[in-house]
Amino acid sequence: MKLSFSAADEQFREEVAHWLQQNLQGEFEPIRYRGGPGDEHMFHHERHAWEQRMAQGGWTCVGWPQQYGGRGCSIEQQVIFFEEYARAGGPGRVGHIGEGLAGPTIIAFGSEAQKQKYLPGIVSGKELWCQGYSEPGAGSDLANVKTKARFDEAIQQWVINGQKVWTSLAQEADYCFVLARTDPDSRAHKGLGFFLVKMDQPGIEVRPIQQMTGTSEFNEVFFDDAVCAADDIVGAPGEGWKVAMGLLGFERGVSTLGQQMQFQNEFNEIVKIAKSNGAAQDPALRQRIAKAHTELKIMRYNAMRMLSGQSGGDGALQREALIYKLFWASWHRELGELAMDVLGPQSQILEAAPYQLSRLQAMYLFVRSDTIYGGTNQIQRNIIAERGLDMPKEPRL
Amino acid sequence: MEFVFTDEQNMIRDTAESFLQEVSTSAAIRDAMATERGYDPALWQTVCTDLVWQAIHTPEDCGGLGLGYVELVAMQEQMGRFLFCSPYFSSVCLGINALLVAGSAQQQQQYLPEFCAGKTATLAFAGAAAAARGGRWDVATVDATFTTQGEHYQLNGSYEFVTDGASADYLILAARDAASQADEGIHLFIAAADTKGIERELLPTMDQTRKWARIKLNNVRLPKASMLGDESKAAERNGAQSLAVILDLATIALAAEQMGGAQQLLDMTVAYSKERNQFGRAIAGFQAIKHKAADMMLRVEVARSGVYYAACVAEESLQALQAGTPVDRAALQEAASVAKAYCSDAFFKNAGEAIQIHGGVGFSWEYDVHLYFKRAKASEQFLGTGAWHRERLAALLLDGEGVL
Repeated sequence: MKLSFSAADEQFREEVAHWLQQNLQGEFEPIRYRGGPGDEHMFHHERHAWEQRMAQGGWTCVGWPQQYGGRGCSIEQQVIFFEEYARAGGPGRVGHIGEGLAGPTIIAFGSEAQKQKYLPGIVSGKELWCQGYSEPGAGSDLANVKTKARFDEAIQQWVINGQKVWTSLAQEADYCFVLARTDPDSRAHKGLGFFLVKMDQPGIEVRPIQQMTGTSEFNEVFFDDAVCAADDIVGAPGEGWKVAMGLLGFERGVSTLGQQMQFQNEFNEIVKIAKSNGAAQDPALRQRIAKAHTELKIMRYNAMRMLSGQSGGDGALQREALIYKLFWASWHRELGELAMDVLGPQSQILEAAPYQLSRLQAMYLFVRSDTIYGGTNQIQRNIIAERGLDMPKEPRL
Repeated sequence: MEFVFTDEQNMIRDTAESFLQEVSTSAAIRDAMATERGYDPALWQTVCTDLVWQAIHTPEDCGGLGLGYVELVAMQEQMGRFLFCSPYFSSVCLGINALLVAGSAQQQQQYLPEFCAGKTATLAFAGAAAAARGGRWDVATVDATFTTQGEHYQLNGSYEFVTDGASADYLILAARDAASQADEGIHLFIAAADTKGIERELLPTMDQTRKWARIKLNNVRLPKASMLGDESKAAERNGAQSLAVILDLATIALAAEQMGGAQQLLDMTVAYSKERNQFGRAIAGFQAIKHKAADMMLRVEVARSGVYYAACVAEESLQALQAGTPVDRAALQEAASVAKAYCSDAFFKNAGEAIQIHGGVGFSWEYDVHLYFKRAKASEQFLGTGAWHRERLAALLLDGEGVL
């Protein structure tokens, strides 16, 4: 167990930092530090261009194997890459659903043809993805998806009907991975399929959801006889749940360190404000700032444990991984409250009418979703108790 | 960068776990805590001579095993888990650390082999000021004094809250030049506990599994060689800085013990909840219980990540000392405070939840939960509560330029 990086890895760090310094400027200067949580609707076009600049430098999909167009970086190098990216103020990545979720899923479970068809578009930063999981009746109870996929023999295609919700980036994405029921008589996690669906088609309609932030990162997506090619199902019909759960494992990957560096940037901004407006002298706020620092510091090493200990691939999460979502989401929510309390009454004044929020105001509101999406805090506690502590499972009716 | 135990570290942990599980039973703990010494001397001798645990991070040329702080922390975690009544924390994490940080090569050669063979030691530093304002544990609380009298030093004053102070064979004493204040003029001395003029009073403590004492010094005469550090480099001896490093190292070891205790409370409580039936089923099946248990597990795992990080920083600090290069003081302080702040709260919260989930029996003397509950508060108070460490972090972050 040691904290330091090898000389070769430190050299890699310089390489990353140098490239970012050279490229994240000029036309890309305005998007530095932008496009994070609560700000994902901003500068989409510029950030999409940035994604492609990253691809030209070979900096997309750094953790993917080289045979699929990735950089084949070691865990250490990926850690360094995400740290330097956030340190440089790299913008929120519009390609993150493709790079972090769709791609790894296709690599793990997809056919050779699917790899050939979809991976290059992700690596090049050109094609964007969104995730079609939640439905109005399938939130915490994700296995209750009602969207149906029926194979039409006449046109030799899958035909999809139903509705997805809370789909971020749907209005910009080229593809959506959709969890849908292939066996109409099935229940719960049986009888599902995992589909790769083209967004630009008459059978798909995207409607933005206006959130409490006033902005619309999330959408509803309606499937009305949307079609999907016969070979665009990942795995066999009925195996969708297995694929979907495999994908959730990727959410706890190295990219989480980039998220932490964003947290660090937010925390640094709060510290700066506290020092300038005198909040740093208030004993109660000093306690809360120090608590936030303590847990952010540990969060980094919890992620290191998670990454160092990754083994096998049987999907069984280690204890430090099981608690991770509950930990960071709860921490981030508290950070939002801390930001407002450090700002004091000034926290209530908007940047501009009608409803333009500052970065910290947007963060404060947006973090209320952190403890809901990707498994609510309550679902996380069920999972921890059942898988980590072997306590009785919730009754399934 | 590698953040996982090596095979050897896993082996040390597993050995400690299986031995302590066998010897530190509820009955053994209760026997030991009823004695004035607070531990079974025969068992301590076994730990020292057969298992050689207390020599774990002492260099090989001083009779030790030459392992690192990560190994020490792995050991401490198990000690805390099984509430092992022994002078391990005081002798190894206070006594041996003091010699490693502040002792000259000659002093290390003289004392460490004795400590490794089973002689016990502790550190006495905090004066009455430690009790002020809800507890203070910085070096400025030192109020015992020393004067130079020919070839001797004469020490006077008193120390509060000295862990195993009544039973230790050796005492590391912090004292200041009579005219000095704050961090100035502080030096460390080593003395046999039976030296004339040393008066030790065992304090009755709520946590009976670890003994505290008050120590008074009445004109205690110590030879010149008793001052820790190299006499030929007197100008470089900085007792305050050494003491601060020793306290940070001990703080990290104590945090490891707290994390082990928090883990054991989780395990005991989950096991109990699976056996206890109400409303026709095990209470482990109720979400109200599952969610409390999940939060307990979260605290344990976060504490564990914090302790392992702090142990790595402690190890780097000890290596710097051995190499004669400067210790990164801010990094060590930060690591100690991060670990102790989180682990203090985690241990105590888990102890409180353990009583609640155990229900009535958790409130009984018969069940062991109260032993952990009491140890949790004692460990939280010793070397700084969560709030004290957060304030220390706040000072590093927010005051002046900020060093973190």
